[in-house]
Amino acid sequence: MFESFSSKLQGAFRNLRGLGRISESNIAEALREVRLALLEADVNFKVARDFIERVKIKALGAEVIASIQPGQQIVKIISDELTELLGSTQAALDLSGTPSCLLMVGLHGAGKTTSSGKLARLLLKQGRLPLLVAADVYRPAAMDQLETLGQQLGIPVFLKRGETDVLKIAREALDFAKANQRNTLIFDTAGRLQIDEALVQELVRLRDFVKPQEILLVLDAATGQEAVNVATHFDSALQLTGAILTKLDGDARGGAALSLKAVTGRPIKFIGTGEKLDEFEPFHPERMASRILGMGDVVSLVERAAEAVDEDDLKRMEEKMRRGQFTLEDFLDQLRQMKKLGPLENVMKMLPGGAEAMKGQDLSKQEREFKHMEAMICGMTSQERRTPALLNAKRRIRVAKGSGVTVTELNTMMNKFAQMQQMMKKMGKFQKMMGKMGGGLPGMLGRR
Amino acid sequence: MGLFSKFKAGLAQTHSRLVHEIKRIVTRSPKLTGSSLEELEHALIGADFGPAMTLQIIAAVKLAYETRGATGPDVFAIARAEVEKNLASSPSDLLQVPGGPTVVSIVGVNGTGKTTTSAKLAHYFQAQKKTVLLAACDTFRAAAIEQIKVWGHRLKVEVIAGSYGADAASVAHDAVTAAQARGVDYLFLDTAGRLHTKHNLMQELQKLHRVIGKQRAGAPHEVLLVLDATTGMNALNQAREFHKAVPLTGLIVTKLDGTSKGGMVVAIQKELGLPVKFIGLGEQPEDLQPFDAKQFAQALFEE
Ligand SMILES: Nc1nc2c(ncn2[C@@H]2O[C@H](COP(=O)(O)OP(=O)(O)OP(=O)(O)O)[C@@H](O)[C@H]2O)c(=O)[nH]1
Ligand SMILES: Nc1nc2c(ncn2[C@@H]2O[C@H](COP(=O)(O)OP(=O)(O)O)[C@@H](O)[C@H]2O)c(=O)[nH]1
Ligand SMILES: [Mg+2]
Ligand SMILES: [Mg+2]
Repeated sequence: MFESFSSKLQGAFRNLRGLGRISESNIAEALREVRLALLEADVNFKVARDFIERVKIKALGAEVIASIQPGQQIVKIISDELTELLGSTQAALDLSGTPSCLLMVGLHGAGKTTSSGKLARLLLKQGRLPLLVAADVYRPAAMDQLETLGQQLGIPVFLKRGETDVLKIAREALDFAKANQRNTLIFDTAGRLQIDEALVQELVRLRDFVKPQEILLVLDAATGQEAVNVATHFDSALQLTGAILTKLDGDARGGAALSLKAVTGRPIKFIGTGEKLDEFEPFHPERMASRILGMGDVVSLVERAAEAVDEDDLKRMEEKMRRGQFTLEDFLDQLRQMKKLGPLENVMKMLPGGAEAMKGQDLSKQEREFKHMEAMICGMTSQERRTPALLNAKRRIRVAKGSGVTVTELNTMMNKFAQMQQMMKKMGKFQKMMGKMGGGLPGMLGRR
Repeated sequence: MGLFSKFKAGLAQTHSRLVHEIKRIVTRSPKLTGSSLEELEHALIGADFGPAMTLQIIAAVKLAYETRGATGPDVFAIARAEVEKNLASSPSDLLQVPGGPTVVSIVGVNGTGKTTTSAKLAHYFQAQKKTVLLAACDTFRAAAIEQIKVWGHRLKVEVIAGSYGADAASVAHDAVTAAQARGVDYLFLDTAGRLHTKHNLMQELQKLHRVIGKQRAGAPHEVLLVLDATTGMNALNQAREFHKAVPLTGLIVTKLDGTSKGGMVVAIQKELGLPVKFIGLGEQPEDLQPFDAKQFAQALFEE
């Protein structure tokens, strides 16, 4: 499914290699994949359509950079564009008022009460003196819920059980804050449908009375196509100042984030990553972009690979591979470069579908194998590395002994290497996947 | 308002936009062209059918046109038939196990409406002259126990509860014991919200079911997954994982009084064969309707 998005994209772009420019016809297939990925991620279809248009304009005419696979290049364009759309800068809370007031709004069950508690905790840690205000007068035991959170946090909660007038609650809460030196009020309101005009008007009245600095829409990360209507309605009624995306600890792709941002332009300020009150983080647009595209952290991996790998080395290496002159010496170089990317497990996790592929696979074993290989190659003379045919039985015993492996293990490694060389020859122009993807040595990582 | 009209009112509101759009497509362009198909696609995607399901329905519409020509049934009829076919209309009634309480476990991710639905179900069966009992098996979330107790008080239904942090399985165990002692017809277990991706929480749910299964043969007799209609494609993952962990017997789709279409249940039912048993249309006890595939499909594509 979406895990393979990036590889599908690679496929769609394979035929693009060698072309000087990205053109309308040769990206059509890739953009279809992108669109599908966005829809699978619950990005609203209209938002997805506009997004594709933007990417197309950016990509068209872009030079295909010789040293990068075109697929990767497009992934980068898409991901950059998405990151930018999601908010390139971290949006801080406006806490200017005395006291400052924050209003939490949203649909039923989105996570308003929990997020109110999380926000109060965060603000307390930042030295503010928060007051939680129980302004949900509808849901059974809503006030008890907030009260419990306040107790857990050691933060006062203003509540009037049985009161149904939110304005009255707000007035008294403000008085209470003044009398008790609380400088930050967080209003937890009842969940409501954006089309429930009567209840939306209740919020409008509350806003007009409290004049909050922040009006935050709390949105469940699993929200579907309706995210657009929800965000539009709440925004036009209340003029939101931002949003909180909750339940990102699940596996929802969170396309609603893009829908929300695209139609309201309001920044996402925080994310909820669990039921507990400390599971709350600032929003990171680039992470969200990868998540929506289902790409793992492929982009940051590409970037790290670019840092770790010397471009010139890479060119030379590719040339050798193409000509079938790839030696054990080069192999050793590659093993070492790969190490620069970090533990194999982490590298795999960053790859799309990597976490899935790793299930039941012992990567530390693979890692040990690489280490052994390195040791074995190190145990050879440079002559032997360049001309493996020199390795007769006697020499093999020496190398095996020197690197602490058995001769059988050495033989296996040599066979694998020979196979690899064969394969590279066949592939002719073996892509610089080491350098650019940090991914597998062909035939060595098993299933690819 | 009678039950049926309420159902229709809820769905009419929910689906009027979709209906409107399809009608527009059809009247403007009765012959299927590339662009009218694209519009149909958007209408279905917009209703959270998901790309795969949407493509299937569109393929079916195309095929029907090719085989029957423009004189055959219109886009509505074909699409409706296709949806209905996928929503295999099995009866939405819950089992009633003779000789003791039928134990119904209400499960789902956080905030979908489990507690409210448990209360609504209690009310629904009360209205059918059945005796019911509620169990507060969410011992984790703040004020979850108070919440269901408020419902119990409102509906005059006894609520079996433990204390916060207590083992949910032991509360369930106590509730089954109480249900047997009182000889009630139905026991509804309001479980804590849990994301399907959390292995330990899913294990906890399995344990709860195992415990009551030992206590009473076949329990829980019904395991209903509560899905929020506002959810998009993730609903399919939710259904898959919950079904894997604790075999489900059906679905309940809540918040259909909003503008969301709940289209994802079509894909869920097609893949997992799980029937939708009830739909939630509001926050009041009576805002619960038995699901009817035919009505649902009709309401999706007709005025
Ligand atoms: N509009 C509407 N709101 C609903 C419906 N069902 C439940 N709700 C509301 O959704 C919110 C969450 O409902 P709960 O019953 O507490 O959900 P839950 O699944 O028990 O939540 P957790 O136990 O916290 O995971 C409440 O505000 C309910 O009033 C429905 O069908 N329509
Ligand atoms: N897993 C997870 N659950 C959350 C998160 N935020 C809220 N919840 C849960 O979602 C449910 C509804 O949250 P609540 O704050 O009551 O929502 P409200 O109706 O908008 O006030 C509760 O069970 C919360 O524990 C989150 O980030 N992750
Ligand atoms: Mg709340
Ligand atoms: Mg609950």
